[in-house]
Amino acid sequence: MDYIVILDKTILIVAIFIVSLAVAAYATFGERKVAAWLQDRVGPNRAGPFGLLQPVADGVKMFMKEEIIPNAANKKLFIIAPAIFMVTALMSSAIIPWGKPFEIGDRQFHLLVADLNIGMLFVFAMVALGSYGIMIGGWASNSKFSLMGALRSSSQMISYELPLGMSIVALILFAGTLNLTEIVEMQKYGNWNVFYQPLGFIIFLVCVFAECGRAPFDMPESESELVGGFHTEYSSMKLGLFLFAEYIHMFISSAILATLFFGGYHFPGIDSLDLAPNIAALVSIVVLFSKIFFFIFLFMWVRWTLPRFRFDQVMNLGWNVLIPLSLLNILATAAYVTFF
Amino acid sequence: MTESIDYIALLIQFSVAMAFVVVTLVATHFLGPNRKTEDKLEIFESGIESIGNARLPFSIKYFLAAILFVMFDVEVIFMYPWAVNLKELGTVGFVGMFIFLAIFLLGFLYELKKGALKWE
Amino acid sequence: MGLVTFLILSAFTIITAISVVFAKNAMYSVLSLIACFFTIAGHYLMLNAEFLAIVHIIVYAGAIMVLFLFVVMLLNLNTDNEIQKSLKLKFAGVISGGLIYLILLASTQSALPSIYELPERTSIGSVQEIGMKLFNEYMLPFQISSILFLSAMVGALLLAKK
Repeated sequence: MDYIVILDKTILIVAIFIVSLAVAAYATFGERKVAAWLQDRVGPNRAGPFGLLQPVADGVKMFMKEEIIPNAANKKLFIIAPAIFMVTALMSSAIIPWGKPFEIGDRQFHLLVADLNIGMLFVFAMVALGSYGIMIGGWASNSKFSLMGALRSSSQMISYELPLGMSIVALILFAGTLNLTEIVEMQKYGNWNVFYQPLGFIIFLVCVFAECGRAPFDMPESESELVGGFHTEYSSMKLGLFLFAEYIHMFISSAILATLFFGGYHFPGIDSLDLAPNIAALVSIVVLFSKIFFFIFLFMWVRWTLPRFRFDQVMNLGWNVLIPLSLLNILATAAYVTFF
Repeated sequence: MTESIDYIALLIQFSVAMAFVVVTLVATHFLGPNRKTEDKLEIFESGIESIGNARLPFSIKYFLAAILFVMFDVEVIFMYPWAVNLKELGTVGFVGMFIFLAIFLLGFLYELKKGALKWE
Repeated sequence: MGLVTFLILSAFTIITAISVVFAKNAMYSVLSLIACFFTIAGHYLMLNAEFLAIVHIIVYAGAIMVLFLFVVMLLNLNTDNEIQKSLKLKFAGVISGGLIYLILLASTQSALPSIYELPERTSIGSVQEIGMKLFNEYMLPFQISSILFLSAMVGALLLAKK
């Protein structure tokens, strides 16, 4: 076994972890700033310059809170649930190609944790496993609000997983591979998949909103009817993990959206500049992250613009609109690929 | 081509994620104050005393949605090897999947007609 | 390296499978079964069947176990109301379990004892290969499976409406 490669991977994994945690932490701050901006307020501005230390303050607060496990709850499952939710959120970053490889001496340092042939299916699997944290947390709490919240949000998640998978199928018909690196390389010349699959992109986007539990699909946190949904009984950093995982989901989903439909780390015209390999790698990372930040902003923009759906509307949209629509999209794409 | 190293990397990522979660949970356990009272450990029920058990049987609709989900999930999984190879399979592949989908959708239409997916 | 990985994976598979059976709380059984499915997916990976491995996780761990969890939640399980099984049921359980054990014994007897070797990395289990096989040689079984789905859907609806 090549130990230097394992070392490379470990460094990369730790780096990606730190970046995802930092992006998620500052997304909470960004969310409040964007909300404030959209509502013509100032937003958090006390902790540090422009309130930049706000995420740190929030984190410390979460850690210093009292940890409460209700008497009626199932203690072990109550603790395991947020752990499962966070781990599945953190795992899905493994297959995203973050940029072009760096060259160190005669070795290449690939900015990709696992180059799986079945990369797309890995994303699908992690999405599927995400609902366990919610269901177990809601059930273990033994509270009526938690159970209702868990049922609603897990039904929502499994319902939107299907159109999510189907919209990817339409994309695969064009790409002919499930490997994310190959999908990115195909979109090298500005021929982004979004131009070939506009309907698929819209379906995918809606499903991603639903999977992340973001407004207008924030059933889990429909405060006005279910108090706090599945995490009503949670406190301290266990609640923090649930809330934080949501922002990590948002970050990873934005990265996947950029990778699948918007050319990933490629930007048309950059290859013709003939940059040195290491500089090109840096530029590609910057390109990918600007796309990611755009999508994170889109998430926030939608949240503070649209009201929340009712639960029956959510289910109707999933089963009666998105599934038939994505099936049609698949058939049309397949007909195009076979006959033209 | 996926190499063994890719799966080892996944394992490393899993251990790092686990380590982060465990450290966080242990840290918050010891950092926070510990002043438990009987009332604090009650289940929240909008301020009134909680009545009965929360684990009551719920609507069968959720269960039906879950069953349908399993079937659609398998169907979507069948589509992946098809989608990857469609360019080589050509018309035979297209017609094959069309028939499969047609039979499958018959069941879906039946469910719709019977109102299994009506949430009111 | 291959042998060590295989032994560790197998140990986890057996431990989780046993805890599925012996767990008092149905919720723990479900969780152990999910863990068990993951170790089996690991075995598939070692046999070069990466598509099968990920499908195993998506369909079994991701979809069917969600259904099981819904059932457990629907069953109104509390720790104090475990149903006492009658003697007749226990007797039937022992007989059917014994029969399965007999079949397992018969099948392992014909297997040759050998030292485990990690198969070479090939692309035999890749999505491309499986797709070509499934939609050429096994087109008919594939079509018939859709009828199976149809009957399952109708059956589920009938049971639920009762």
